[in-house]
Amino acid sequence: MKHLLSTENLSATNAIRILDTAEEMAAVGDREVKKLPALRGRTVVNLFFEDSTRTRISFEAAAKRLSADVINFAAKGSSVSKGESLKDTAQTLAAMGADAVVIRHWASGAPHRLAATDWIDAAVINAGDGTHEHPTQALLDAFTMRRHWSRLHGSASTGADLTGMRVAIAGDVLHSRVARSNVWLLRTLGAEVTLVAPPTLLPIGVEHWPCKVSYNLDETLEAGVDAMMMLRVQGERMNASFFPSTREYSRRWGFDDARLRALDELGLKDTIIMHPGPMNRGLEISSAAADSPRSTVLAQVRNGVSVRMAALYLLLSGDSREAAPMPGTARSDKESN
Amino acid sequence: MTESATGTYLIRGAAILGGDAEDLLIRDGVIAERGTGLSAEGATVIEAAGFVALPGMVDIHTHLREPGREDAETVETGTRAAALGGYTAVHAMANSNPVADTAGVVEQVHSLGRASGWVDVRPVGAVTVGLAGEQLAELGAMADSRAQVRVFSDDGICVHDPVLMRRALEYVKAFDGVVAQHAQEPRLTAGAQMNEGTVSAVLGLAGWPAVAEESIIARDVLLAQHVGSRLHVCHVSTAGSVEIVRWAKERGINVTAEVTPHHLLLTDELVRSYDPVYKVNPPLRTDADVQALRAGLADGTIDVVGTDHAPHPSEHKECEWAQAAMGMTGLETALSVVQETMIETGLMTWADFARVTSTVPAAIGRVADQGRPLEAGEPANVILVDPAARWTVDPHKMATMGRNSPFAGKELPGAVVATFFKGHPTVLDGKLNTPYRYAAEPAGAGSN
Repeated sequence: MKHLLSTENLSATNAIRILDTAEEMAAVGDREVKKLPALRGRTVVNLFFEDSTRTRISFEAAAKRLSADVINFAAKGSSVSKGESLKDTAQTLAAMGADAVVIRHWASGAPHRLAATDWIDAAVINAGDGTHEHPTQALLDAFTMRRHWSRLHGSASTGADLTGMRVAIAGDVLHSRVARSNVWLLRTLGAEVTLVAPPTLLPIGVEHWPCKVSYNLDETLEAGVDAMMMLRVQGERMNASFFPSTREYSRRWGFDDARLRALDELGLKDTIIMHPGPMNRGLEISSAAADSPRSTVLAQVRNGVSVRMAALYLLLSGDSREAAPMPGTARSDKESN
Repeated sequence: MTESATGTYLIRGAAILGGDAEDLLIRDGVIAERGTGLSAEGATVIEAAGFVALPGMVDIHTHLREPGREDAETVETGTRAAALGGYTAVHAMANSNPVADTAGVVEQVHSLGRASGWVDVRPVGAVTVGLAGEQLAELGAMADSRAQVRVFSDDGICVHDPVLMRRALEYVKAFDGVVAQHAQEPRLTAGAQMNEGTVSAVLGLAGWPAVAEESIIARDVLLAQHVGSRLHVCHVSTAGSVEIVRWAKERGINVTAEVTPHHLLLTDELVRSYDPVYKVNPPLRTDADVQALRAGLADGTIDVVGTDHAPHPSEHKECEWAQAAMGMTGLETALSVVQETMIETGLMTWADFARVTSTVPAAIGRVADQGRPLEAGEPANVILVDPAARWTVDPHKMATMGRNSPFAGKELPGAVVATFFKGHPTVLDGKLNTPYRYAAEPAGAGSN
C-alpha cells in the first residue's frame, strides 16, 4: 500500500490489517502518555481544500500521536485562493519534503490525481474527495462495527471481519462519499448492506452496487438491522427538488423517536445507531436517537484517531507488511527538525 | 489558370477508394488523368503501390481557437495538423473570442486560412450573438461575406430555446444554410462531469444523462420537419440518439448526423483514472453506445465523422477533473481511429470512408470543390493512405499545439502518406511539405 485513496480497491487483507493495527493504536490512546515515536522526523501535510475541522483535527491528532511533524495547509488564506493550481501546490509540498499528504478536496478524484501524477512522490491519503470516497471514515465505521459485532459474539476483534452483520445506511447516498466508501468496504468485510433513501438521492446505476436498496426505512428496520447508519442531509437539497421539504424528508427517512422505539418493539436490542457527523439533529436523526445508549457517534470519533494512526503508520513505516508498531523504536531514517 | 501553378504529380498504382490500382495524374490543380500506365514528362512520380487514394478529408467540426486562444491553437498550427491528418478542408467552429458571430470575424478566420494555405478553412458562424442563446446573429451577413458561411452553430452550447432554434432553422433556408446543433439540454446537465451511469455512480462525478442529448435531438428533428429545414446534429454520442436519427430519416426529415472518432473507440471506463484527457463534451459513453454508433455510421444513419478537434493548453488539463476543460485533439488521429473502428472491423470499406469523411461532409457544408470523385477534371484534393502502417500516438510529435490526445500511447493502424490540396502536396512522405499559395490574397488578409 503506497496510498489510501479508496475502499473500492482495498483488499480484505489490507482492510483487516488497518483495522488490526488500529486496535494496537487504540491501546496507545488509553495510556497516560498517548504518544509513539514511530513517525518521528516524518512530515505529514493536511492539505484541505474544503472546510472540515473534525477530519483535520482527527488526522492531526493521529499524526502527532505518532510523533510526526504536522503541517496544516488550508486552501483558504493560502496561495490556493489566489489561483494556484493543485499541481503547483503539490510540487511545493514535495519540495518541502512532505512524506504524506492527507488531502480533503471538493473535487472527486483529486487525491487520485496527486497519486497518479509525478507532481509529488509522497503517500497520499484521501480524507474525502467530492462525492467520491472517504476511506478513513469507512474504516473507522467498520472498526466501530467490528468491536460491537465481536463483543456480541464474545470473540476477539483482531483478525475478524463483519460476516453476517446487517448494516443499513440511510440518507443522501447520491452526494455521499461516506456511503460509497462504506458500501465497498462493508462488502469486502462480508456485511450485508441496505441503502435507504428517496429515489432522487440514489445514483443512477446503484442497482449494480453490492447491496440492497430500499425506499422504506420502516420496512428495512422490520427486516432486521444490526447497525443503522444515518447520513447527513443538507436541507438545501430541497431547493433542487430532491425532496419536497425537510419535514417530509424527516418523516419518511429520518431516524426519529418513533423509529428509536421501534427498535425495542422489534426486539432489536443490540442494534447500534451510527452517524459520521456533523449531525442535523431533528432532520436525519432525532436528539433522542443521537443521545441514546445505542448511539456510537462519539465512539466513532474516538476510533477515527486510531484508524488514522494506523493508516499513517502503515503507509509511512516503509514495510507495510509489518503488523504492529514497535513502541520505542523510531522507524524513520531521517532526524526530526 | 487563376491560381498559382502547383506542379505535376504522377501517383502510380494507388488503390482508388481501396479498389483497383490505378494511376492519377495531377496537374494544374486538377486530376488531369486517371488510368493505368500513365506517364507525364516532368512529373514528380509517387510510387503508391499498397496505398489507398481517397478524396481529401473534410472536417465538419474543428476548433482552431483563433482568434482569442492562440495559446491553445492557431489557424496555422491547426491547419498543419489537419493537412497531416489527411484533411483538405475544415469547418472552424464559432466559439472563438470574439465569437464568430459577425461577417468581420468569419472573414478574418477565412483570410487566416488562405494565408496559411494548408487546407480550405470554412468558418462556421454562430447562431446567436455571443453564443448567448438569446438573439440571432447576422446569419445573412456571414453567408454573404467572403467566407460564404453555410454552417451555423453555437457548438459548445446548445441552442436550447425552442423558438430560437425554430427561427434559426427557418432563417438559414434563405441562403441554403444548415444549423449544426450541439444537443445538450442545459438543465439536465448543470455541473455534469461525465456520462451518467454505473461508472459515474462509483466515481462520484455528476452525471450527464443520455436523455439530455436525446431529448434535444428528438425536439429538433420534429422542428426541422415542421419548418422543412435542414438540420445537422453534432457529435451524436448515445445509442438512443442513433435510434432517433434513424427514425427521423425514415420519416424523410432532412437531418444529418455526425460522430467523433473518440466516441467510436473510447468509453467512460477510462474516466476511472480521473485523467482529464478523457473529459469531453459530449462525454465518453458506454460500450453499448460505442457499438450503436459504429452500426449507425456503417448503415448510414450517421452521415459523417467530425473530429471535434479541441486543443487545450496543458494547464487546462493538468488539474482536478472538475476543473479541467472539456475536449480532445483529433485531426491527426481521425483517419487511424476510423480505420481501426470501422474498416478493420469489417463494418466499412474505404469507399465508405470517403463518403463519411469527405463526400457527405463537403455536401453538408456546401463546399463545392471538395469531396469530389477521383476522376479526370475534378479538383485535385486527394490523399494517399498507407493502410498497413502502424504507429504509436505521441502527442508531443503532433503539429497541433494541443497535447490532449486521448489516444496517447495507443498503437493505431493507417498513416497519411501524402495530402494534395488543390493539386499541391501539403504533405509528402507523411511529413509537412509546403502550403498551397493562393494567387492573390484578398484585401485585408494577413498571416498570423
